[in-house]
Amino acid sequence: MKTLLILGGGTAGTMVANKMSHHLDPLEWRIIIVDENETHYYQPGFLFIPFEIYSPSDVVKPKRDFYPSNVEFVHSQIEIIEPDDNRVRLTRDNRAIDYDYLVIATGSRIVPEETEGLTDNGWRENVFDFYTLEGATALNRFLKFWKGGRLVLNVAEMPIKCPVAPLEFLFLADWFFHERGIRDKVELVYATPLPGAFTKPKASSILGDMLKDKNILVEPDYMIMEVDHDKSVIRSYDEREVPYDVLVSVPVNMGSEVIDRSGMGNELSFVPTDNHTLQSENWENVWVIGDAADVPTSKAGSVAHFMLDVLIENMLRHMEGLDPLPKFDGHANCFIESGFENGILIDFNYDVEPLPGKYPLPGFGPFSLLKESPVNHWGKMMFRWIYWNVLLKGGEMPFESQMTMAGKWN
Amino acid sequence: MTTKEFAGATMEVNEEGFLVDPQMWNKDIAVAIAKEEGIDELTEDHWKVIEFCRQSATDNGAAPTLRQITSGTGITTKELFKLYPKGPAKKVAKISGLGKPEGCV
Ligand SMILES: Cc1cc2nc3c(=O)[nH]c(=O)nc-3n(C[C@H](O)[C@H](O)[C@H](O)COP(=O)(O)OP(=O)(O)OC[C@H]3O[C@@H](n4cnc5c(N)ncnc54)[C@H](O)[C@@H]3O)c2cc1C
Repeated sequence: MKTLLILGGGTAGTMVANKMSHHLDPLEWRIIIVDENETHYYQPGFLFIPFEIYSPSDVVKPKRDFYPSNVEFVHSQIEIIEPDDNRVRLTRDNRAIDYDYLVIATGSRIVPEETEGLTDNGWRENVFDFYTLEGATALNRFLKFWKGGRLVLNVAEMPIKCPVAPLEFLFLADWFFHERGIRDKVELVYATPLPGAFTKPKASSILGDMLKDKNILVEPDYMIMEVDHDKSVIRSYDEREVPYDVLVSVPVNMGSEVIDRSGMGNELSFVPTDNHTLQSENWENVWVIGDAADVPTSKAGSVAHFMLDVLIENMLRHMEGLDPLPKFDGHANCFIESGFENGILIDFNYDVEPLPGKYPLPGFGPFSLLKESPVNHWGKMMFRWIYWNVLLKGGEMPFESQMTMAGKWN
Repeated sequence: MTTKEFAGATMEVNEEGFLVDPQMWNKDIAVAIAKEEGIDELTEDHWKVIEFCRQSATDNGAAPTLRQITSGTGITTKELFKLYPKGPAKKVAKISGLGKPEGCV
């Protein structure tokens, strides 16, 4: 019996388990998936919880519901990976698993302790994150009774998963406070390490204009040094102080601790991975998918989905002694919720920045690229259903894995 | 493409003043660019960072990020901001004759 071992049973790991269970002969292969958490979180839904669009029950389901019956699920923390010996050690019962092929899908997590003072007294009182269910729920409780003041959203450092989420948060906050009738009592500030609204020029300028229209102030090139809870200010390395009444932080994002413990990560504990084949740069039977990989594209569920077919094909090729194909192009596409039941869609890859146009059918859409439309908003809301019912199960989606220029204009 | 004179040599630079060809770089040019960026003297610590960045770019094909510099040199972010005020990653990339560090997506 040969073993395919999947580490992490979140978005990417679940998709790989489902796809691979169709491809591998159960008489020859056993597939094992390990995760320390029995609950699957629909992370894109965290964004909506502070604003009462979703409640916590909308974003959680048992992980086991999504694994195929011929895959063994082990509920345990992964202690260490020993890639030179093709072995992984688990915390539970000190179990060790020898593998023939390993898929790393351990995602990324927030590490607020990386920022001085962030988890001091005010943490989850008037300092929040919304990248965890606990953080988003605590923020919801706070905003319910908030009478207004200065809300500062700070991104500590790039890269972060879903790099558009901070913008969406601000757009939704603008809408939410309008609805509550207190928008005139709320100042919204975006302190970002980026030089503007987004990483790529065209999208940055369009999204930057939207921030301006919605009266959201931008503090660009802002590298946070510390949170000074006593004075209620954040301070940057170049000594800029930004005062807040409520601070919403997107803390430093890093790969799983097990990557670090195993000495397999870069300076942020992401795994060095070939940008186009998704094979580990150091071990040929180790493959990496989703947020855990250090590839220079967005960390997003949609990206994990576009990686999936390339990863599966390349692993199957490798099992037959063929070379992997460099097919992954960094394709990402993200719905950006812009408030007032509107949304924007962006579509890009390693080489081509987000451009205006129509998606997925050139000329028709129904989604508009880099432009606000109600259809884009409904796309985002529908995404939750698609995520639970199609995406996780490795079902077919009406999009190509590789980006296309059809239907776009410069 | 614009050109600019550094330490007696004419260099091609992009619209933000970054050298187009990192191969044309030498230490005199670094000193000249640093002066333009408001750094009058390059100390040992400055050079340590520059050398790390040159090496990192040779290995990885791109100028390193702030975190790569701090974890690679052992110099803290705070010290780095003292050495290269305002945006250190960008500033040191420029002085090292490298392209602008890619904004992460
Ligand atoms: C607020 C927010 C909004 C987002 N919005 C969008 C969006 O609109 N569109 C989009 O496409 N994406 C969005 N994303 C990103 C998306 O959720 C992630 O990119 C995606 O879930 C990544 O999948 P993954 O499998 O790589 O990681 P995850 O789904 O995070 O899975 C990693 C798994 O590994 C397990 N694990 C890690 N370490 C260990 C260990 N040592 N032992 C055992 N188990 C371990 C974890 O328990 C987890 O289950 C958003 C994310 C956030 C936080």
